[in-house]
Amino acid sequence: MAELGALSLPLAFFLPLLTALAAFLLGARQAPWLAGIGALATVAAVADAVRRVAAHGPQAYHLGGWAPPLGVELYADGLAALMLAMTAAVALAVTAYAGAYLHGQGQAAERFWPLWLVQWAALNGTFLSADLFNLYVMLELVTLTAVPLVAMAGDRASLGAAMRYLLLALIASLAYLLGVALLYGGTGTLHLREVGELAGAGGPTAVAAALVTAGLLLKAAIFPLHAWLAPAHSSAPAPASAALSALVAQAGVYLVLRLWLWAFPALLSPVVGWGLGGLGAASVLYGSLQALRQSRLKPVIAYSTVAQLGYPLLLLPLAAVPAAASQAWQGAAYFIVAHGLAKAGAFLAAGNVYYSLGHDRLAGLRGLAPELSASVLALGLAWVSLMGLPPTAGFLAKWQLLSGALAGGQWPWAVVVVLGGLLAAGYGFRVLATAHAAAPPGGPVGRPARRLPWRMAATPLLLALAVYLLGVSAVPALRLLGQGAPEALG
Amino acid sequence: MMAAAYGLLPLAALLIAVATAAIVFALGDARRRQRTFWNLFGAGAKLVLVLVMAYGVLQGDTFEVAWPVLPGITLRLAADRLALLFAVLSAGLWLVTTVYAIAYLEGSGQRARFFGFFSLCVAATFGIALAGNPFTFLCFYELLTLATYPLVVHRGHPAALAAGRTYLIHTLGGGAALLAGTAALYAAVGEHPYTPGGMPAVAEWAAQAPAAATAVLGLLLGGVAVKAALFPLQGWLPAAMVAPAPVSALLHAVAVVKAGAFGVVRIVEDVYGHALAAELHVTPVLSALAAVTVVYGSVRALAQVDLKRRLAFSTVSQVSFITLGVAVGGQLALVGGLAHLIHQGLMKVTLFFCAGNYAETLGEHRIDALDGAGRRMPATSAAFTVAALGMMGAPPLAGFISKWYLGIGALGQGQGWVVGVLVASTLLNAAYFLPILRRLWLLSATRDWPARAGRAETHRGLLYPPLLTAAAVLLAGLLAAAPLSPLGWAVRIVEQGYPGL
Repeated sequence: MAELGALSLPLAFFLPLLTALAAFLLGARQAPWLAGIGALATVAAVADAVRRVAAHGPQAYHLGGWAPPLGVELYADGLAALMLAMTAAVALAVTAYAGAYLHGQGQAAERFWPLWLVQWAALNGTFLSADLFNLYVMLELVTLTAVPLVAMAGDRASLGAAMRYLLLALIASLAYLLGVALLYGGTGTLHLREVGELAGAGGPTAVAAALVTAGLLLKAAIFPLHAWLAPAHSSAPAPASAALSALVAQAGVYLVLRLWLWAFPALLSPVVGWGLGGLGAASVLYGSLQALRQSRLKPVIAYSTVAQLGYPLLLLPLAAVPAAASQAWQGAAYFIVAHGLAKAGAFLAAGNVYYSLGHDRLAGLRGLAPELSASVLALGLAWVSLMGLPPTAGFLAKWQLLSGALAGGQWPWAVVVVLGGLLAAGYGFRVLATAHAAAPPGGPVGRPARRLPWRMAATPLLLALAVYLLGVSAVPALRLLGQGAPEALG
Repeated sequence: MMAAAYGLLPLAALLIAVATAAIVFALGDARRRQRTFWNLFGAGAKLVLVLVMAYGVLQGDTFEVAWPVLPGITLRLAADRLALLFAVLSAGLWLVTTVYAIAYLEGSGQRARFFGFFSLCVAATFGIALAGNPFTFLCFYELLTLATYPLVVHRGHPAALAAGRTYLIHTLGGGAALLAGTAALYAAVGEHPYTPGGMPAVAEWAAQAPAAATAVLGLLLGGVAVKAALFPLQGWLPAAMVAPAPVSALLHAVAVVKAGAFGVVRIVEDVYGHALAAELHVTPVLSALAAVTVVYGSVRALAQVDLKRRLAFSTVSQVSFITLGVAVGGQLALVGGLAHLIHQGLMKVTLFFCAGNYAETLGEHRIDALDGAGRRMPATSAAFTVAALGMMGAPPLAGFISKWYLGIGALGQGQGWVVGVLVASTLLNAAYFLPILRRLWLLSATRDWPARAGRAETHRGLLYPPLLTAAAVLLAGLLAAAPLSPLGWAVRIVEQGYPGL
């Protein structure tokens, strides 16, 4: 059973929240160091939580000393700890990067910091929540901070994208809330594990699960509910794009897995599993094909998010096959970590291109400016992981998914994994080939490249290198993942 | 402490190449002297470590580094005799090619990128050589694709980008097949280290599910056949000719095609075992394909007017001798194939160095423009001549030794048709190499070439590497009976590793 009383759990939620409040009250001008201090403190709290989970198993904390069902429980098992850690790494990079980027682009940092820090708190809250209603609150908070981040540029395109995002995300929240209400009416509880024990596989539970899942799939931009993602993620400022793709959208996928494996395992029949896995596969293929057709860098990366978020869903059809379940589970969880780090690195590298050249048209990358060579190297390194090639974390994750599918005799999913990797190589090398191309006759078009602050040049490179560090061995992370995993997957 | 460090030599040699790449990337384009120093230091240090390992293996030491990557899966670097055959070739030719590339490319743009990926490419080749299980092989095999792409498109013009695209479509497709095959193999039998004669678990599995085992063997061989340029998957190799000469030398002699051929050896001999592969009816298909490739490459080479393209098709043909030696079976044919792994590398690297010298010094790419070049560049042309005669299989050069062993090995297996292929190949080789030699030496120059800049016929960094490798071609043939010649090493591998063939 979970160990009680780890203070780092509430701290991981409240520290960024309090920093956001302070940043709002003081303003970015008075205290530019505030976000950095808050970020470091949060990372320390997360590190302690992860250490505790790794050493002693799942951790729980009852806010105010009130045990559920009356009080709010924060709960961290291996999966949650892994998500917290990945989020901390990405968030640290975003925090280190954002100041210089926004300053250089003339965008208002005082609006960015409170939004971003609340978003980080809400993401941590999402991973730590153990009941369906708290999850609803956290999801709303994530959405309501994500929408203004999309709109930050303030031009027509970003306002339109933000509006569309807001409307769809609110519909998604309503669907989710309706589903939760149905479940509460049926079982009288909102706690994840108790819902799983009490709900059974009856008609009302199925309707509720369908509503909840539809809401989450919309937030995760899974095909055919993906249409909002690419415009939103490509018109946000680069640090926000990184957070949105690597963390916000992934939180939706994480919750789909969390709910189906913890709350509705009884409903996960082969047909349902194949349906959800099929949506994931369709996302992989559709997103990749769209990414191949884009002429600007940020939309390529955004569509790649649509494609990559499909992979974790392939776990659902495999989870019911005993020979495949354990490996597929490890693969899906490790995939989310690998994708988060690589995608954040890719978006920050794209931000450098945009910052330096003033645009992100692929054709403009020809005859690459020396200022950008480190950034394009980071982009390339991150892309290797998205393609699922060694020696990266993305490769190990795909290997586990592929091995699981083959060991379970589920070869169609194996085909999807291999094919998706080839498509990712297609859209990845399309970009990298342009970066290798010689300058057009008459030299590069447009204004000369602007120098990058060193912090902006270094951040994407460090994120990309982290993907390789996790590619050396997945064993420590997978051991952490084993803490508190459902028995069928252990 | 010392003993522990000694055992870690494979990892140290790998990390030296990776660290060289990182340093070269970090130095940027401008710092030429430092980059040259680190390039040569990295290449030299790695060669020393590899030679120390080779000496240790001769003394009976074992080198093995392994760590868990995933539950039940390890990344394993192990230096056995076969691994060192390839590692010595790659480390030795890396040093020579680095010297050549520094002289060849120092004037061009994006040098940091070039030399960084050059080092990564050799790191990947070294990993392929020392891979101790199929998973490790897969990792470095894919890494090699990634590291060579920037070299192929180095010039950045549309033709280079188009060639890069062709290269990626072939190699990534092959990589996907290898990934699927390796994952299926692991799903069926779990992880086992390479075992000379074949993994017992694979034999058990093949007895129960012969169809699945054959399909997986097909996927694995299909994956490595792309890089080995086996017909009909050879299309990328001539296209990749747009790369600068040192890259062509590296691709053809050391890294890419050799990685494919080496993969064929590992899969047939150390994963399935030749007996099982023959039982599954895969080796006859493989030897037929190799024979077709030998003839096809030579016939296509005849028609090329561009020197590098003719050499490229010649590679298609020559590399398939290695596959042929493996597929035919028997100890002698395998000895011939393994010795050819080294011999072809030495000969082809020489030929590409010389082609680069003609292009760089005289500005000539076409064969019909080389009339009388022997008088203008006698040393380069002498090296070219030695290597070309070796390719034809003229005694006492290196190529003769490999073909001789292949021939008698095939006769011993009752496969006399292979001798026919060898004879046809020799005649075709003569048909496309002798006219070049005639033009070099016997015809008089018709074109105005730039005058010599100094006493040497070209930059010394361009001249010494081909002379060195041409001398090696000569010595590998003359001293073939010596215990440490490529042939002697191949005999040692086969006698001690594959007594059952």
